[in-house]
Amino acid sequence: MASEAPLNDSRGELVAPRPIRPIAEWLADLGGVVIDWVTSLGNVSLFALRTISWLVARMPRRDTLMPAFYQIGVLSLPVVALTGTFIGMVLAVQSYSQFHMLNLETRLGAIINMSLVRELGPVLAATMLAGRVGGAMAAELGTMRVTEQIDALSSMGANPIYYLVVPRFLGCLMLIPALTIMADFMGIVGGWFYCTVILNIDAHHYWEHSRNFVGSFDLFSGVFKSFFFGAAIALISCHRGFNCDPGAEGVGKAATGAFVFSFVAILAIDLALGIMLDSIYYTLWPGAGHLV
Amino acid sequence: MAQRNKPRANDDERPLIDVRSLNVQFGRNPVLREIQLSVPRGQTLAIIGESGCGKTVLLKSLIGLVRPSGGSVLFDGQDLFKLSEQELSRQRARFGFLFQSAALFDSMSVYQNVAFPLREHTRKKKAEIDEAVCARIKEVGLPLAVLERKPAELSGGMRKRVGLARALIMEPELMLYDEPTTGLDPIMSDVINELILRTRRRHPVTSILVTHDMRTAHKVADRIIMIYPLSRLTADEPQIIFNGPAEAVDRAKDPRVTQFVRGEARERLVEMGALSQSAADD
Repeated sequence: MASEAPLNDSRGELVAPRPIRPIAEWLADLGGVVIDWVTSLGNVSLFALRTISWLVARMPRRDTLMPAFYQIGVLSLPVVALTGTFIGMVLAVQSYSQFHMLNLETRLGAIINMSLVRELGPVLAATMLAGRVGGAMAAELGTMRVTEQIDALSSMGANPIYYLVVPRFLGCLMLIPALTIMADFMGIVGGWFYCTVILNIDAHHYWEHSRNFVGSFDLFSGVFKSFFFGAAIALISCHRGFNCDPGAEGVGKAATGAFVFSFVAILAIDLALGIMLDSIYYTLWPGAGHLV
Repeated sequence: MAQRNKPRANDDERPLIDVRSLNVQFGRNPVLREIQLSVPRGQTLAIIGESGCGKTVLLKSLIGLVRPSGGSVLFDGQDLFKLSEQELSRQRARFGFLFQSAALFDSMSVYQNVAFPLREHTRKKKAEIDEAVCARIKEVGLPLAVLERKPAELSGGMRKRVGLARALIMEPELMLYDEPTTGLDPIMSDVINELILRTRRRHPVTSILVTHDMRTAHKVADRIIMIYPLSRLTADEPQIIFNGPAEAVDRAKDPRVTQFVRGEARERLVEMGALSQSAADD
């Protein structure tokens, strides 16, 4: 009887028969990637649950909360204001020619401000903050991980999630919506400036159309989404920092990963909440008019 | 002072640390295998071994920072890995840990670092905390002017001493030192050794230190154990290859122990030569 090829490798693990081994290995690699993704999602979810349970159990100390608020809120103000201003102006630049062709320039206020408060203000402000705040949090916590400061906290009987994550989570949850409002406001100012001062559009009609189309639900939906963006940025960035690989390379990967995964989460949350909020809107106001 | 369980009279006979069949692995890589270790109260134990043999992993397992894949660690009769998070936090107030790089919190001043455990576990007023912090800083031979400085402004030796002050501020029953003299010059290394001895004289503390500095081990320890890397052992051989009084380590019969104690490369050079030859061939 011919000897069969061994079905165990040098580590004693099962391997596929030789003819189908390449396909089996490819499937195993794919399965490994899926398992890693699901495991990561599970780890982030558990991390989020522990953070929220600490938040409910005990308020963070003032001396940990205030520095986090300062870093996240105060220091982000200039860049968010600048972002909002430029978004408003770029929207005006890009929309003007199409509306001018239809002699509808005075309605630019409606389209710019509606886009800003519902979508572009929250999403672009959150994206900017994912880079600035999320990357910084991941790098800081990653550095603490590789220099054993997080272990030192644990060794002294302090819970690292309570001390390090909860203040940052609370800071992002409360201040990213506030920064979104700032971005919306500056976007409105930027759009108004470009339209009325540069493009000479009549200011009265600009604001009249804006007032007619942009409602409080639009503003509410933008700010509502920003709460979830803030929570996602905080949890993903802190989780990346906490689980950083050793060395400077690990810290760099954590910071990059924090931005990338936060950005993907922002887009996914934006889509899901957008669909949900639209459904709520048309359920509450079935006869509501559209812009065009 | 934090609420803590004071040992009863017959508890003095029970070892403070009792490690039973401890197994630790990271992913598929086993690091510690069937470690049995008992540390009586008041003893100073040095854990020696080559880089990468698992000394620091063992030390961190003793305080619950590394979760084992098997076995248990009993601290004063309690299995650390079966405690709730709250109870573990309370037990950790009875430990002091000096990390290899001191692990001071970068964003806090020296004062805030040293005061941290007191603020976490006690309700002492600021004046009492000030007094305790100043006393500890003086005890480790640092000037009070250092209190306002940040860790980044300190030398390695100063950071270690601040880390020691922070570890001692709660008057722990068990002190753990992870390579306390690594990276320091010979004079500063001896300063740290003397501080460890002074700590033992002034406080009723059990100490466990991880080191590959034989001078420190000889000077400070009552007992020495040597851990060997699993990659160089067969499946039957125990990982602890020496366990005895500090003065007996130089006379150990096991050639692996004498090789380490005397710092002799022996066959390792041959292994390294074989590795660099195969790298050149590639």
